[in-house]
Amino acid sequence: MTSAPDRRRVVVTGIGAVTPLGAGATLLHNRWAAGDVGIADGAGRCRDFDPKDHLSVKEARRLDRFAQLAVVAAGEAIAEAGWDGEPPYDPLRVGCVIASGIGGQATLEAQLDVMRERGAKMVSPLGIPMYMPNAAAAAVAMRYALRGQSYGVVSACASGAHAIGSALRMIQYGDADAVVCGGAESTMTDFSFACFNSMQALSPTGISRPFDLRRDGFVMGEGAGMLVLEDAEAAVARGATILGEVAGYGSTTDAHHLTAPEPTGGPASRAIELAIRDAGAEASQIDYINAHGTSTPLNDAAETRALKLALGADAKRIPISSTKSSIGHLLGAAGAVEAVATIRTLITGVIAPTLGYEVPDPELDLDYVPGEARPLITGNGHPPLAISNSFAFGGHNVSLALRGAPR
Amino acid sequence: MSVTSEQVETRVVETLASFGPDASQIRRTATFEELDIDSLDLVELAQVVEDEYGVVLKGEDMKELKTVGDAIDLIVERADS
Repeated sequence: MTSAPDRRRVVVTGIGAVTPLGAGATLLHNRWAAGDVGIADGAGRCRDFDPKDHLSVKEARRLDRFAQLAVVAAGEAIAEAGWDGEPPYDPLRVGCVIASGIGGQATLEAQLDVMRERGAKMVSPLGIPMYMPNAAAAAVAMRYALRGQSYGVVSACASGAHAIGSALRMIQYGDADAVVCGGAESTMTDFSFACFNSMQALSPTGISRPFDLRRDGFVMGEGAGMLVLEDAEAAVARGATILGEVAGYGSTTDAHHLTAPEPTGGPASRAIELAIRDAGAEASQIDYINAHGTSTPLNDAAETRALKLALGADAKRIPISSTKSSIGHLLGAAGAVEAVATIRTLITGVIAPTLGYEVPDPELDLDYVPGEARPLITGNGHPPLAISNSFAFGGHNVSLALRGAPR
Repeated sequence: MSVTSEQVETRVVETLASFGPDASQIRRTATFEELDIDSLDLVELAQVVEDEYGVVLKGEDMKELKTVGDAIDLIVERADS
């Protein structure tokens, strides 16, 4: 008789984030839980982020801002994991999977200007290596001598979550013992705003208030979120502090419309179900949901339907909040930043609220954690279990099941 | 177009310094390897030189260059010819 294949468990040993709330994973969750909003003038910029504070002149000028953000967030995660200068494993067995929805948009635009104004011969040789969407993965791998598989992942607003799922499978399958993974995005250019505006995707009021009746679009932000994932046995053997576990991953595709979510929430609900099943869990064991919650009329309605389909009666019980209410929508970084925020939720036992949620939409009748932060309550005495959702233009759906470390 | 070695040196040092190395380290005898100046930096330097002095430096020209002084001498020579 054959049993189910033994899958390696995968734990989180380090997290890092640079967001409109500042640099730091702890800062992100603490400030969000305190009710702080990092959005100003309708955008979630990392206003205090100056690459000179973190990188050499050479590094900074060779990286587009999205990759600069990635390198700094990865540095925080790797430091927390206690990787002292080099990975604690054979470098050929340490991977690096870093997502971006767009890549180095500002670099691309700047070099296009150079070509138009000064001619093709004056275009920088750094153009391609800076705007390629895998530039962040390359920069982090090079900086930390990670010599296993490394690549970028591109699936718009689901990119960051796909990167974590890919990293999870890489370790589970035995192709790597550890992976630095996450997402980074910085597309805060006039051109990007114009493009999203012409789709009518952005909030004309510049307010991110997911699930509220008055929601009118998302607020674009920039930033990066990174996680160090390790094979659980190896991490324990080296005495690493375990922050949590990537317990499950589910991903589906709407195959419905380029930008609009499938309105029944069916394919998205399957992603959630797959993640829960992948974690060996049931809906009744879920303690918290970090929603995709973009503040667009369509997403928040479709996500609510997906949650109800996937969770049944438990959908009404489980607290649901959206990080985007505090920092806006970080596009290809969102899934990773929100996974980081969810890990902090599991560590601290504090559920941050959906900020700005005041006027309920009669169609959306779940518990979106209005008002203030509240304690994370685990019913069964087991480590807490959370779901983090990411849904994207292109119809890409990802759900991650994240479990707290045993206490 | 005639330029002096000093003019070229000033421009080359300024350009290389903008790529990362400390300006005080950028002497004629310093090698590009020591300064951590790689092939991408040299292409950028060639663009500045072409823009400024109309001197076209190709990949094969750049490959032979080992020191800052080599680059300055080549640029002056080409600008004079």
